[in-house]
Amino acid sequence: MLSFTKIKVLSIYLILILTIFFASLNFKNNNLIDKKVNLGLDLQGGSYILLEIDTKPLVNQKLQTKVIPIKKLLKKNIIKFSDFTISQDYISLTIDENSQKKFENLFFKKQENKINNFISEYNKFELDLEFSQNRATIKFSNFGLISLNNAALKQSIEIIRRRIDDVGTKEPTILQRGDKRILVELPGIDNPERIKELLGKTAQLTFRLVSKEDGFGSEKLILSENNEELTVSKRIVISGDNLVDAQPQFDNQSNQPLVRFNLDRLGAQKFGRVTAENVGRRLAIVLDNSVISAPNIRESITGGAGTISGGFSFQEATDLALLLRSGALPAPINIVEERTVGPDLGKDSIDAGVFSLVIGFALVVIFMFIKYRIFGLVSNISLIANLFMMVGILTLLEATLTLPGIAGIILTVGMAVDSNVLIYERIKEELKTEKSIIHAFDTGYNKAKITVIDANVTTLIAASILFIFGSGPVKGFAVTLGIGIVTTLFSAYFIARHLTSVIVLNDKQGKYFKL
Amino acid sequence: MINKINFSKFFKIANIFSLLAVSMSILFLFFKGLNYGVDFKGGTLLEIRIDNINIQIQDIRSSLNIPELGDVSVKQFGKEGDFLIKFEKNVNEKEKFISELKNIISKKIGSAVNFRRVESVGPKVSSELLKQGLTAIVLALGAMLFYIWIRFEWQFSIAAIIALLHDVVITLGIFSMLSFEVNLSIVAAVLTIVGYSMNDTVVIFDRIRENLLKYSKIKTNEITDISVNETLSRTIITSLTTLLALFSIFILGGEILKGFSFAMILGVIIGTYSSIYVASPVLNYFKVTQKTLLKDDD
Repeated sequence: MLSFTKIKVLSIYLILILTIFFASLNFKNNNLIDKKVNLGLDLQGGSYILLEIDTKPLVNQKLQTKVIPIKKLLKKNIIKFSDFTISQDYISLTIDENSQKKFENLFFKKQENKINNFISEYNKFELDLEFSQNRATIKFSNFGLISLNNAALKQSIEIIRRRIDDVGTKEPTILQRGDKRILVELPGIDNPERIKELLGKTAQLTFRLVSKEDGFGSEKLILSENNEELTVSKRIVISGDNLVDAQPQFDNQSNQPLVRFNLDRLGAQKFGRVTAENVGRRLAIVLDNSVISAPNIRESITGGAGTISGGFSFQEATDLALLLRSGALPAPINIVEERTVGPDLGKDSIDAGVFSLVIGFALVVIFMFIKYRIFGLVSNISLIANLFMMVGILTLLEATLTLPGIAGIILTVGMAVDSNVLIYERIKEELKTEKSIIHAFDTGYNKAKITVIDANVTTLIAASILFIFGSGPVKGFAVTLGIGIVTTLFSAYFIARHLTSVIVLNDKQGKYFKL
Repeated sequence: MINKINFSKFFKIANIFSLLAVSMSILFLFFKGLNYGVDFKGGTLLEIRIDNINIQIQDIRSSLNIPELGDVSVKQFGKEGDFLIKFEKNVNEKEKFISELKNIISKKIGSAVNFRRVESVGPKVSSELLKQGLTAIVLALGAMLFYIWIRFEWQFSIAAIIALLHDVVITLGIFSMLSFEVNLSIVAAVLTIVGYSMNDTVVIFDRIRENLLKYSKIKTNEITDISVNETLSRTIITSLTTLLALFSIFILGGEILKGFSFAMILGVIIGTYSSIYVASPVLNYFKVTQKTLLKDDD
């Protein structure tokens, strides 16, 4: 165990130098290789926000759009029906048992089916149809729900990305998590409240006429400026989808902040026609079920441009314009988890972490030197090498260092000497019976090997499970703990062993053998 | 053997002590339960810093007399002027309420408030995190059981798992007794304890196996005694260096790592004890002999 070929020695120190080089990248700027250890949000400050989309309203909304086509289909094919009702997640109607087969065939037609989309990806239909006696129930199939959910999630991620980019934060991370969630990480922001507000808003904008009388086709909404209750028609004149641009501006006369918008061609035509027909009536501008403003239509607006004023501050006008530009979320989004660390706490954590690392390291080094003298020194050199290698590998992998991650490094320092202790204690035992010093070291290393491997594998198992199940900072701990085990094995069995062999082979008199 | 300690003489007493500690812990866990943090219970945690050090906990507590927050707890956190506030409400219900809360607190106590940390977890996510944490611990125990079973014999793997359960239950029992908060980092600590305690146990088991093969005439409890003695200095030195590192985190590593390092310190002490006084006697009870090891080689 004490003999090393030249090649082996060379490659050991080459690896060491390489990792030291990588570790050094963190301390100076290198243009060729741009690799650094990333600091976790808990160290550099920032926000971690987990969002969840709520597809329930979307299911109902999509079901609503099926109502008229289904009725048309029934009428066109002369199928008698009655009691057509729509609930939260299903439509039900009564159809004569004789016509059920006919309806079913039309409903599950693979080509040119405008009602029930055939999802070729899953080879299934979007909607299910069930009969119980003469009552038919139409609802989304599981695959229909999945594809609805996936489409909504994808679209939401896109819109959220646009909103965050528009605010202009540095290096945001936006990722899909599972099938209903979106993870947003915003490093280095000190006021997440504004972004949270922007993320949470559905921003569904509609322009609708205010009607005079209550009725089936209208609903009561509150005008947010003065809490006036308005009866607003459910028919949408134009919606946010028709917008091509929106910008905050100041009104020329009143100097009030407002949002100026431009409509696409279709929207402009419709807007022109409706405003021409309804001069004198009020037009409600509705955002997420609350009326922002409800101005009187003074004349027809044909240019395809207009303004929304609602007693905003300039910040509010800016945010509204941003929301309108980025588009409406297909479904409401809720924040289900938030973790924000201020930049000064992050700095305090780094300071405390690094300080405790230095002290912990010093204590272990002193202890080892007192206990094992020259071999303690060997173990300490390999411990330093170990530390450099850990940082080097973390840099190479561009891993994220978190506060628990620093704790993992300190813990590794404490546990890393274990391999050397195991070996030295074993050698000590061998020296009691063995005359030849070199032989004692050789068998000592050999016999301790199995134990060292067994002992480290168990910790590696714990670290991998933590890595798989842990989230955020805890994952950072698993990473450093895992890397620490690998570098520990390397430094104990290659670096420390080589240094030991150099000492033992050059010290024939056994001067240093006071283990 | 010089400085030989007759460990097996104390096995009975130690086992009674361990049984008592484990049953006490289970009673605590069962009746008092664990003090879950927002990670597992849901709700919001705020770490604030107030420049005016004359502000007392009571001032903050009375400024937070807002029914909709639910149960509020305030405590000093680290140095003067730093406080930790926890309440049941979570962030989602009203988007702006964190900044509103900031205004309310600073207005009522008449001093600027710096929000250093906000952690808010909804009920759905917190129950998922708890489930994930428990799964991770169970899985880690299972993986260890499997590894030892492969490397040694089933008797060794049962003995090791009994020792691990002993460590985890007592550590959590102490957390329950002291009402210390259990959050995600405590789960990480428990998993690391599992790894460390296993590490310690494996070193002794390795030696027991080696000695069982070496001496065929010596009784099992003497073999464990010899093996524990032979590995004793390593056990002590490694525990010491690990504890040096851990105490350094505990004392100097900042408030956030306090709970984590405390759990680890407990775990290392209990884990070291259990390798000698739990795992080894269990092997004796199984009457592991040279034959047990050789049978496998057929």
